[in-house]
Amino acid sequence: MSVFPYLMAGWILLVGIYGLATSRNLIQAVGCLSVAQSATYVLLLAVGYRRGATAPVFSDLPVGAPVVDPVVQALALTDVVVGATVTAVLLALVIQLRKRHGTVDPERLTGLRG
Amino acid sequence: MSDTLVVLALLLVAVAATGAALTRDPARQAVVLALLGLSLTVLFTVLQAPDVALSQLGVGTAVTPLLILLAVRKVRRFGRREPDRDEEE
Amino acid sequence: MSRRARLLLLAAAGLVVAGFFAAACLRLPAFGAAVHPYGERAVAAALGQRTANTVSSVNFDQRAFDTLGEESILYASVLSAVLLLRLARDERKHEPRPAPVLPSTRLFGAVLLPVTLLTGGYVVAHGQLSPGGGFQGGVVLASGLHLAYVAADYRALGRVRPLAVLDVADALAAGAFSVLGLVGLVAGAAFLQNTLPLGTFNTLASGGLVPVVNAVVGVEVASGVIVLLAQFLDQAVEVVER
Repeated sequence: MSVFPYLMAGWILLVGIYGLATSRNLIQAVGCLSVAQSATYVLLLAVGYRRGATAPVFSDLPVGAPVVDPVVQALALTDVVVGATVTAVLLALVIQLRKRHGTVDPERLTGLRG
Repeated sequence: MSDTLVVLALLLVAVAATGAALTRDPARQAVVLALLGLSLTVLFTVLQAPDVALSQLGVGTAVTPLLILLAVRKVRRFGRREPDRDEEE
Repeated sequence: MSRRARLLLLAAAGLVVAGFFAAACLRLPAFGAAVHPYGERAVAAALGQRTANTVSSVNFDQRAFDTLGEESILYASVLSAVLLLRLARDERKHEPRPAPVLPSTRLFGAVLLPVTLLTGGYVVAHGQLSPGGGFQGGVVLASGLHLAYVAADYRALGRVRPLAVLDVADALAAGAFSVLGLVGLVAGAAFLQNTLPLGTFNTLASGGLVPVVNAVVGVEVASGVIVLLAQFLDQAVEVVER
């Protein structure tokens, strides 16, 4: 149990990369990238977890109560939102590719065109 | 008890992530990604991270799948004017 | 490279990553361990700044400079998506016809739209007290607004979504974050240091700079995500090739 959550995060990362590398459609590849990205949230929050502790919000907790690590939560929380906007840029690039090159299959995108 | 919940939520996330990565059709993948977003929300809640769960709920189940579906629709609409090369697969 | 060779290469690389990752996991502190030195110091600092939600304190006070970087990424991505999806010379807009909507769906939307917007505003405003804040509340506000599209039609969405205002709001909020950092400099402290009066613990006006930066981020995330979704909706619904 002591390393199981970390190994699960590793599995999510690898399965996301596998989907990304074998993708035949760039929109699907962007989806796989967001799967791989979610591995980082699982790993971060697993590292910050403390057994028997509550969420790090003191509005209804006595000061000094055991809480889980707020730093990793802050890192994950901003990245969830910023990651979505980066996904949007990648999808916008895919739409541009379809406009200019007529395909979203990475195998058919050969050669550079100005 | 809480460890059992964590393991269950982790397994749910792993299954949803595997499903999302192996789904080839992007429109179907968007739906599986929404499920992944929902299971991540459950996991984050179990891991005592309500702040992250809240942003994952909004982004993972609504914004990202919606963006993917809109991109799919846009890419398929091109095909109505010229022979669509994506349909062959 | 053939497909087979590529898969073999991927498998080899995957095995190396998996091996090193597993080895690294074995050296990490055990899952659920009781000792979190960094977290404990962050909690003590947050309570010292009278911010009840320690996660917000880390984001908007202790690591505010890091969040400034994150929100710049957000602003840059919104800007680049807008640029990439602008109307090209060989495209034109085509007004979609309104589609019939079930009366029950319309009622559902009309009831839920104000509720979600209120929830989003609440989540932003209470970021320093309860779970929530600018990032989460912004996303709730932005996605909640699109109930107007689900329940009515594309033109109804256009009426509740003043894009020109939101474009400016996004840019102003992005700039306001940096300007708020100057408050610290004026007070003779470091950039983005929390020098405002801290207020009473566990009230809306607690935390000094935290609620202000939090509100600015809320405006930026909400308007940024709405502008982003608007570009994609335009492309998917309205824009056609000439």
